[in-house]
Amino acid sequence: MRRIAIAVMSTISGLVLLFSYHTSLGPQGPASGPAAGGPGAPPGAAGDGGGATAQDDTGGSAGQDPGGSAAPTPTGTQDQQNTGGSSGTFTGDEVATRWGPVQVRVVIRSGKITQAQAVEYPTGNHRDQQINSWAIPQLEDATVRANSAQIDSVGGATVTSQGYIASLQSALDKAHA
Amino acid sequence: MTDPAGLPFVTAAPDDVEAAPEQPRRAWVEHVMGMPVSFHVRGPLARDQSDGAGGAVGAAVRRGIADLHRTDEIFSTYRADSQISRLRRGELTADHCDPWVREVIALCGEARERTGGWFDADLPDSAGVRRFDPTGLVKGWAIERVTRELADALADHDVLVNAGGDLAVRCRRTDTPDWRLGIEDPFDRTQLLATVPLRSGGMATSGTAARGAHILDPHTGRRLDRAGSITVIGPDLLWVDVHATAAFAMGAECVDYLAALEGHLSFVVHPDGTTATITGT
Repeated sequence: MRRIAIAVMSTISGLVLLFSYHTSLGPQGPASGPAAGGPGAPPGAAGDGGGATAQDDTGGSAGQDPGGSAAPTPTGTQDQQNTGGSSGTFTGDEVATRWGPVQVRVVIRSGKITQAQAVEYPTGNHRDQQINSWAIPQLEDATVRANSAQIDSVGGATVTSQGYIASLQSALDKAHA
Repeated sequence: MTDPAGLPFVTAAPDDVEAAPEQPRRAWVEHVMGMPVSFHVRGPLARDQSDGAGGAVGAAVRRGIADLHRTDEIFSTYRADSQISRLRRGELTADHCDPWVREVIALCGEARERTGGWFDADLPDSAGVRRFDPTGLVKGWAIERVTRELADALADHDVLVNAGGDLAVRCRRTDTPDWRLGIEDPFDRTQLLATVPLRSGGMATSGTAARGAHILDPHTGRRLDRAGSITVIGPDLLWVDVHATAAFAMGAECVDYLAALEGHLSFVVHPDGTTATITGT
């Protein structure tokens, strides 16, 4: 877990730069935030969190530590902002899961995922910690493995606006937002 | 890592076409019909901002999004005033509904026939009364339609639409890489089990991993509380979605059914966690 936290921090400065770029484009696109849980949403399906964009402020501060743990050591990547948006560090929407909020960040270089981390995950009772220690390393593992195939999108049993994969997908979406 | 290829719709770019430089790409996300829908477009104008509104690509994506909202207004069973809800209550007849409703009714009949009754839009409601509920077909139908219209509107561009884990893609270019789609592990949704290259077609997965038991056995009306998932890949999202839903309801029989889907590729995760890749012939 510690190793992961450090890896996350190391990418933050790149992230902040990147989101300053996104924000300049954001209002012009049709992408919606608050539509999750709108009038057509099934009860309990699209309720919470789908539209939350966690770190989209334009500030240059690198002190956005989602876990509230170690101090950030920004050595991040800054090779993004080319036309395709194909390199950089991207953070998915924070997604409410039954265990609590989950947020995934991916590092993409030349269109390939080179790193993926859950930057926010539920902490709390013992059960939560069990889930974390089981799930989060595997999430990295899966995505880095998938990297060999350069994933554009993730398919699976119908996701609502919740869940890990929704979050991973939203990181992939953000990579090209 | 399974990497199926070679089916007619998994068309790799022709060998004699020189690969284009990496194309600009942009993604949009809209939450509609109770799920996140991502639109990815790549091509020369994907990031065009000359008019401050995303240019022709942005306009085409917005039309697609508006189309999905209209679909939701008409077909949502969660909206009391939708045409489907009024039809279900007997306040409307199909003749007085939007032409889309009649199209969907006809497709539901066709789906029931093509799946031997394993896909059925006449489902028991909460009171056990069978009512017309085309929800299971409308999503694939709408996403397929929107994806085609988007691709039709955008020459020289490739499009990908991911609607809550079901995907439709179209490539108008021949000099770009295939879209690469990952299939998640239904037992551990943080893992991918397979990847699939696709330029044109659909990929749909049925299972209970994300929403719990929500698929009904059309014969008994019971919820299927079955582990595993079935992913079907083929030329048209509407039909791969129908086939995946039907096959999931079948249980063990699904293998023969999927093997008979000509031109389709299926990836089955059995309830015991074993997997099978089935090429339909």
